[in-house]
Amino acid sequence: MATEPIAASRPAPSGPWRIALRRLRRNRVALAFFGLFVLIVAFCLAAPLWADNVAHTGPNDTHTLGKVSVDGEKREVVSIEGKPIGPLWLGAGGRFFLGADGRLGRDEMVRLMYGGRTSLLIAFAAGLITTVLATLLGLLSGYYRNWIDPVISRSMDVLWAFPVLLLAISLGLVLAVGGLHIFGLYVPSGSIWIPILIIGVVMVPYMARPIRGEVLSLREKEFVEASVAQGAGSLRIMFGQLLPNLASTIIVFFALNIANSMLLESALSFLNVGVQPPNSSWGTMIATGNDLITSAPLLTIIPGTMILLTVLSLNVFGDGIRDALDPRSKVRLEAHAGMAEPVGTAV
Amino acid sequence: MSAQPLLSVSDLRVGFVTEGGRVQAVDGVSFSLAAGEVLAIVGESGSGKSVTAQTILGLTRGPNARIEGAARFRDTELLAAGDAELRRIRGNEIAMVFQDPMTSFNPVYRIGWQIAEAIRAHRPETGKQDAHGRAVELLEAVGIPNAAQRVDAYPHEFSGGMRQRAMIAMALALEPEVLIADEPTTALDVTVQAQILRLLEQLNRERGLATILITHDLGVVAEVADRVLVMYAGRVVEQGTLDEIFYDPQHPYTWGLLGSLARLDLPRPHRLPQIGGAPPSLLDLPQGCSFRPRCPHAFGRCAELPGLDARLPDAPEHRDRCWLDPESKQQRRVVEGEIGLEAPK
Amino acid sequence: MARFVARRLVGMVAVLFAVSVMVFVIFNVVPSNPAERMAGKNAEPRLVAGITEEWGFDKSWPEQYVTMMKKVFSGDLISYEGREDVDERIVEGIPATFSLCIGAAAIWMFFGILFGYLSAVKAGGWMDTWLTVLAVAGISMPVFWLAAIFLNYLTYKTSIFPSGEYVEFTTDPFEWASHLILPWVTLAILYAGFYSRVLRSSMLDVMNEDYVRTARVKGLSERRVMSRHVMRNSLIPIVTLFGLDFGALLGGAILIEKIFSLEGVGQYGFEALEHTDLPPIMAITLFGAFFIVFFNAVVDILYAYLDPRVRLGTEAR
Repeated sequence: MATEPIAASRPAPSGPWRIALRRLRRNRVALAFFGLFVLIVAFCLAAPLWADNVAHTGPNDTHTLGKVSVDGEKREVVSIEGKPIGPLWLGAGGRFFLGADGRLGRDEMVRLMYGGRTSLLIAFAAGLITTVLATLLGLLSGYYRNWIDPVISRSMDVLWAFPVLLLAISLGLVLAVGGLHIFGLYVPSGSIWIPILIIGVVMVPYMARPIRGEVLSLREKEFVEASVAQGAGSLRIMFGQLLPNLASTIIVFFALNIANSMLLESALSFLNVGVQPPNSSWGTMIATGNDLITSAPLLTIIPGTMILLTVLSLNVFGDGIRDALDPRSKVRLEAHAGMAEPVGTAV
Repeated sequence: MSAQPLLSVSDLRVGFVTEGGRVQAVDGVSFSLAAGEVLAIVGESGSGKSVTAQTILGLTRGPNARIEGAARFRDTELLAAGDAELRRIRGNEIAMVFQDPMTSFNPVYRIGWQIAEAIRAHRPETGKQDAHGRAVELLEAVGIPNAAQRVDAYPHEFSGGMRQRAMIAMALALEPEVLIADEPTTALDVTVQAQILRLLEQLNRERGLATILITHDLGVVAEVADRVLVMYAGRVVEQGTLDEIFYDPQHPYTWGLLGSLARLDLPRPHRLPQIGGAPPSLLDLPQGCSFRPRCPHAFGRCAELPGLDARLPDAPEHRDRCWLDPESKQQRRVVEGEIGLEAPK
Repeated sequence: MARFVARRLVGMVAVLFAVSVMVFVIFNVVPSNPAERMAGKNAEPRLVAGITEEWGFDKSWPEQYVTMMKKVFSGDLISYEGREDVDERIVEGIPATFSLCIGAAAIWMFFGILFGYLSAVKAGGWMDTWLTVLAVAGISMPVFWLAAIFLNYLTYKTSIFPSGEYVEFTTDPFEWASHLILPWVTLAILYAGFYSRVLRSSMLDVMNEDYVRTARVKGLSERRVMSRHVMRNSLIPIVTLFGLDFGALLGGAILIEKIFSLEGVGQYGFEALEHTDLPPIMAITLFGAFFIVFFNAVVDILYAYLDPRVRLGTEAR
C-alpha cells in the first residue's frame, strides 16, 4: 500500500515572469527611472497642447521681428545684435518659457517638446527594427549550422568592421540627397524614416552577435534535444523553445538599444545627416544651439540634458529588468559587448 | 571516549537574512569528531549539512549571516577566530573539498601550480621546485597515473574523477588533521564514486585522517563511516554509530532514507519506495517536529519539538528526535520485511 | 596556432574587401557627377568630358573599382575635391588620432578599473551606489554635447584649456598635452563609466565562483585571493572588450576630432564625407575597418591565451 503523498506545505510556486515582476517592483531606483522616462514621453506627447494653449506658436514659427510682453513691458524676441531672448519661465504666461532658439526666434520650449517626439519616435522605431532583425538573424544563424550561419555571420562581420559612424553618416548623406528607392518603395529624402532605417540597420550586428551566442549555448540544452526527439521541426524549436528562453535577453537588449539609438540619432542630426528640416530633434537643436553656445549656452544644454535623462532612464531601467529577470545572471560578456556599449556609440 | 575530541561543535545555529525573510539553516547542531574517525552527515538539500561544514571554517561569515554557538578545534574557538587564525587553520589543519571539482579549480592556472600555491601559502620557505615536486607526490598518492606529466595540465583537461582526486591531493598537501568532504561524489559517475570513496577510506586508514563526509546518499556512508549524523531541516534528527543507524534506526526519516536505497540483494519492489511530500521550505517550517507533515506515524505529541535524546538504555550515544516509544519504532519501521517508511496497515 | 592565424588573416582580407565594395556601391548610388563638381560651376562640357576621361569616370564600375583599389595600395590616391594626395593627408592625421585614442584609453582604463574595483569590493554600499550613478550617467550623455559644453565653459568662457587643435608632441610636449586634455577627458568619461560597470559585474560574478571559495579554504591571504584569483579572472572580459573598443575608436573618433579641431584622420573623413569625395572616404573607411578587424583578431588570440579552456577548442571532459 503506497503512502499518500502529503500535500506540499507551501503555495504553488509562481512562474518566472511573476517572480521577476515582483523583484522589479521592489527595485525602487529602477521604477523611479522608469517613471522619469514615462514623464519625459508624456512631456513630449503634450507638445500640441502646450503649443496651442500656452505658447500659441508652432515649432517652426519664426518670430525674428516679434515682440513679447513680459510683466507689462514689451521685449524683442531677437535683439538687434541677433541675441535671442532668454528663458522667460512664466513671465509671459508660458510663451518662450525657455526662451527663443536663435536668430529665427522660435519658441525653444515648443521645439523641445516637438523635437523630443521625433527623437523618441526614431529611437523607438529604430530599436524595434534592430531587435526584430537581430533576433531573426541571431536565431537563424545560431540554430542552423549549415550554410546559413556562415552567410549571416560573415555579413554581420562586414557590417561590424565598418566604422559605425562612418557608415551611418555615409548612408545619411547618400539617402538624404536622393531618398531611398528600394523594392518599389520610395522614401523621400526629408522623411524621418530615413534615419530610422539607417540606425535600425546599422545597429543590427551589435545585437545579432550576442543573440547568436546565446542561441548557440541554448541549443545544446536538454530541452532542445527533448523537442527534437518529439519530432518538432526547426521552426517550432526556434520559435517555440529557443525564442521564449531568449525573451529576457531580448527585452533587456531592446531597452538598451533604444537608448543607444537615441544617442546615434542625435549624433547624426548634429552633423546634419540625420533628421532634416523642417523636422527637428534634440540632436538638431544641439547643433543650432552650438552656434550660439557662448551667448546662449542653455540652447545647447537643455536638449542635451533631455537626451541624457532619457538615455539614463532607459539604461537604469534596462539594468533593473536584467536584475529582476535573473539577479545572479552570469554576465554574458559577449552579450554585454553588444549593448550599452561604446562600440555601437557615436564618438 | 576519554581522549579529547579533535573537533567539537556545540549548539551551532546559523541563520541568514534573505529577500524572502529569515532562514534558519542550522538550528542547534552539536557533534564531535575524534582523531582518526570518520563522521558522516546525511541529509537532503536544505538540511543544513553543508552550511554546518562551511561555518566551521568560517566560510559563511558575512553581513547577512547570524552565527551562534561554538565550534572548537583543539584549543581554538573557530567561530570567534580572527582572520589570521582562520587562515592558519584552513588547509593546514582542517582541509575541505567540495562537490564540483570542475568549478572548484581556477580554470586559468595549472593544477600543479594551484597545489603548489597551497603549499607555499603555509610554508613560504618552500621553493618552487620543491613545491612542484611535492605536488607530483601528492597526485601519485591519490592514484593519478602519469602524475609527473599531469601535474602541468589545466583543470579542464582532467576527467571528473581525476579532478576530484586532484582536489583531495590539494587538500592533503599540508597534512591536515581533519578533512571535510562536502558531497565529494555527487557530481561523479557511480563507478568513479566508488573509487573516490575507497580513496577516502584508504586515507583515513593509512594516515589517521579524521574525516567529515557530507552526503545525501546513505549508500555512500555505509562504505566509510564510523558514526552517522542524520540531519533534517537544520536539525540533527538521529545520530549513532554506523551499525546503530543501519541496523537499529530510530527516526522515521532514517527509515525513509534506508527504505529508499536501491538494493541489489532483494527482489525488486513494485514501486521504488520514496518519502512522500517534499522537503520543507526553511522560510515556513512547521511547528514541533519538522518531519511531521511527511511522517505517516505522526501523532498528537509531535506538535511539540522532540529533544535529541538517547532513548535506548543500552546505547547512550544513540540519540534521536522522535516521541514514539522504542517498541512502536521497532514495529513500525518494518515494511514488507525490510526497513522502510510507510503508514501502518 | 599558425593555422588559426593564417585563417584569420584570410578572413580579414575578405572582410576588408567586402567593406571596400560596400563603400564603392554606396557612393555610386548617388547620382552625382564627380567630374562636374571638379570642373566647377558652369564649366564647359569639354572640360567636364576631359576630366571624365582623365579620371576614368566613363569606365564601367568594376573597372573604376579596380583602378581605385590599386591606387589605394600604391599610395597614388588623389582626392576628387582639392586634388590632394589622400595617403599623405592620412599619414599627417595619424599622430593626432593616435594621441587622442591612446591618451584617452590610458585615462579611461585607469579610472574604469579603479572605480569598478571599488564598486565591486564595496558592493551595495554608498560608494558603490554613487559610482554606479556616475558610471551610468557617463555612458548616457551624447559625447559631442559634453564636448561642446566643456569647450564653452573651460575654453571660451574661462580659457583654462586651449581650444582644440593638435600640437605635435615634438614641438612642445606641454602644449601637446594641454590641447588634448579636454578631448581625452570627454572620451574617458564615456568609456570609464562603461568599463567600471563591466569590471564590477565581472568581479561580482567571479567572487561567487567556487574556485574563489577553494582559494580561501586553502588558507590563502585575502590579498592573494583577490589578486591571483579574483582579478586575474575578472580582467579577462575587460581586456577583450578594450581590444574591440580601441580598434573601433582608432578609425571612428570623428565627432571628437571635429569638435576639437584635431585634424586627425577622423576629421578628414568627415570633411571628405561632406564633399562626397570618394577616394578619401574609401581610404579612411578601410583605415578604420582595418583596425577594427585587426583588433578583433588580436582579441581572439589574446582570449585564448588568457583562458586556457578556449585554447584548442577542447571541451571540458
